[in-house]
Amino acid sequence: MENNSKNNRRYFLDNGLKLGLAAIIGGIGFSKIASKLYGKQDNNSNNKIELMTTDGTIVEVDASEVVEVTHSQDHETKYNLREGMPNRKFVMVIDLAKCKNALKCQSACNKHHYITGEHAWLKVYKMQEEEDTAPYWMPTTCMHCDHPACVTVCPVDATFKRRDGLVLIDNERCIGCRFCMAACPYSTRVFNWSEPDYGESSEIVMHMNMAHEPKNSIEFAGMPSKVGTVDKCDFCPHAIKENELPHCVTACPNGVFYFGDKYEDTVTNGDETLQLSKLLKDKSGYRLMEGLGTKPSVYYLPPVNRLVDFKDGLDDFRNFNSVEKIN
Amino acid sequence: MEISNKLINDLAPTKFGKRGVIWTISLIIISIAGIIAYIDQVVKGQVVTNMNDYALWGIYISNFVFFVATSFVGAVTVAVLRLTNNAWRTPIVRIAEIISVASIIMAGLTIMIDMGRPDRLLYLFIHGRMQSPIIWDVIIIPTYIVICLLLLYFPLLPDLAILKNHFSKTNPKLSKWYGILSLNWSGSEKQKSIQLKSIQIIAILIIPAGFVLQTVDAWLFSTLFRVGWDSTNMGAYFISGASVAGVGALVTVMYVIRRANKLEAYITDYHFDKLGKFLVLTCLIYLYFNINEYVIPEFTSKKEEITHLNHLYSGQYAPLFWFVIIGGLIIPIIVLLFKKGRKPLPMFYVGMLVVIGSWWKRFLIVTPTLLQPFLPIQGVPESWHHYFPSFHEWIITFATLAMALLIITFLVRYLPIVPIQRTADEQEETEINKSVISKTVTP
Repeated sequence: MENNSKNNRRYFLDNGLKLGLAAIIGGIGFSKIASKLYGKQDNNSNNKIELMTTDGTIVEVDASEVVEVTHSQDHETKYNLREGMPNRKFVMVIDLAKCKNALKCQSACNKHHYITGEHAWLKVYKMQEEEDTAPYWMPTTCMHCDHPACVTVCPVDATFKRRDGLVLIDNERCIGCRFCMAACPYSTRVFNWSEPDYGESSEIVMHMNMAHEPKNSIEFAGMPSKVGTVDKCDFCPHAIKENELPHCVTACPNGVFYFGDKYEDTVTNGDETLQLSKLLKDKSGYRLMEGLGTKPSVYYLPPVNRLVDFKDGLDDFRNFNSVEKIN
Repeated sequence: MEISNKLINDLAPTKFGKRGVIWTISLIIISIAGIIAYIDQVVKGQVVTNMNDYALWGIYISNFVFFVATSFVGAVTVAVLRLTNNAWRTPIVRIAEIISVASIIMAGLTIMIDMGRPDRLLYLFIHGRMQSPIIWDVIIIPTYIVICLLLLYFPLLPDLAILKNHFSKTNPKLSKWYGILSLNWSGSEKQKSIQLKSIQIIAILIIPAGFVLQTVDAWLFSTLFRVGWDSTNMGAYFISGASVAGVGALVTVMYVIRRANKLEAYITDYHFDKLGKFLVLTCLIYLYFNINEYVIPEFTSKKEEITHLNHLYSGQYAPLFWFVIIGGLIIPIIVLLFKKGRKPLPMFYVGMLVVIGSWWKRFLIVTPTLLQPFLPIQGVPESWHHYFPSFHEWIITFATLAMALLIITFLVRYLPIVPIQRTADEQEETEINKSVISKTVTP
């Protein structure tokens, strides 16, 4: 009996509590709806503010309507390794008239990218189109194409195109199928056939330990080289980021390489800064294998009015070697 | 009608003799050697191969293309001959199905050997991008493996039930396995109609799947700029080449099995003659595409094109090129055009020639093109101007071929090579026909 009455009481209390809760929630809800319905009239204070719209007309709005908007600055300033540097479009101009195969570009590139394989990223070709046309020296980097064949065929998105024009490789993603190498018509890509041999206490290892974090492999493509993955010229984003020129540009004693921003329409070789569009127009700039539709970011100026004899470079020409071995 | 004991005894798989055992053991030894070499390659990196930044694909890829091509035999013989109601196919279809299964499985494995980072295999699924032809391969190869397995399996069901009974006393263990695999086949009308329908669906399905497989394989090359690959000819060229490689392999394997299992009464000269005609047809079609590929560009004589062709006609790969064209295509065509050439033994030699020619043909499609880049080869070691596979590459490649033969050998050991039930049905049919004819003729 006692138990029963207790239960009854509990039952009553329980239900009473639930009912009370429901009433409170309902009340809050109702008042919310009511305030929404009548809100405009409620807040119609006399505080007015004059504002200018985007087309220049002055309008008057109520002060309570004005809310501060947080500007999304992320996409403007934040540097995303796969997206690239915002509002930049990097290009290079290579003046073939000036090149005399000094190969300083190549050795600087090899050094700064810790290249120990057999195939330098930057090569200087001995070119001659036909027997009765003049020979010339032609340095090649990665063309950083706007329609990169390598990126199209990559099965795992390991090589990618950034908005700032750079084509880079994620060596942590690359599966080593070498499809990109077959796709590239400029033979610019190299493969790490074996574990890179830097030597025990070589300058490279010391430099590497001091200079960079080895994990940052997208920015420092191929640094350190990863066995079984593809590498290539990266346009030195690590230098660009510090407002420096790529290593080949600064190393060249003849001012062959110009580097710059297409949006700014300027290129510089360190000594002189020129207007890109004018330079290309005046000196008949062209791109390699334009007919393939790859749209390279590297422009060439034809080897005309050369100051130096082609033969001067022959002493340095090495047909079977592009990377000097470190001992 | 009860299937005669003689028929079952003739066609049921039997234990290998001494030769069969030696054959199997040698294949196993080669396979193990290849696995060891592959482990070495994984440890040291692909530096153990003779590939380089120019010859960036070698015999791993050409061997892969060969396997893919050979696997086409299932689609081309089984399905096409079935849909065109060619009754002579009965004793040879299972061999074709077995070859297809073995080579497509090995194709899937060989492509991984070429990967620089096999440890990142799963990235193909995690980060795969549909625009890459490699992903198309990743999709179509497993699909084709499944279809090939089903095409082998469905027609096997009645035979497995027969074998279950056949071995119930002599080898109960084996009998049990056949029983499980036969899925309780009893031969009822309902089962038969389901089976027939399933086979019909698979036989139709394998044709587009086979075409897609071969075409994707061709597109691995023709989606690239390189001279010799950048051709709209490639898809059809690969399909016809695959028919040649597949039927060639079928002829060769068929001859060997016929001798080893003493199936002369079932796989007769008539079948070789028919298959010979089929092979010569595929060879002629392939010849046509070869003319498109190797002769027609001579007319416009584009500079790069001509350099590439001259490289083949008279360069370092000329002996191989002419061997493949003459030995692998023209001689087979000539031999097979004569009735005497379509007897089993000459057919066997022609088949061998075709298979070897087909294998080297893939090498010629892959390597010379890579050694003819748009910019000259400079600044790399002298050895990078050529490519010939290294010891590791040969061992691994031979191992993949041995494994394919091992799969075939294993299936031959445990499956009836000539379908028992169908042969019995056909014999019954011919007997009824005979009696019908004799009845109608006598009065």
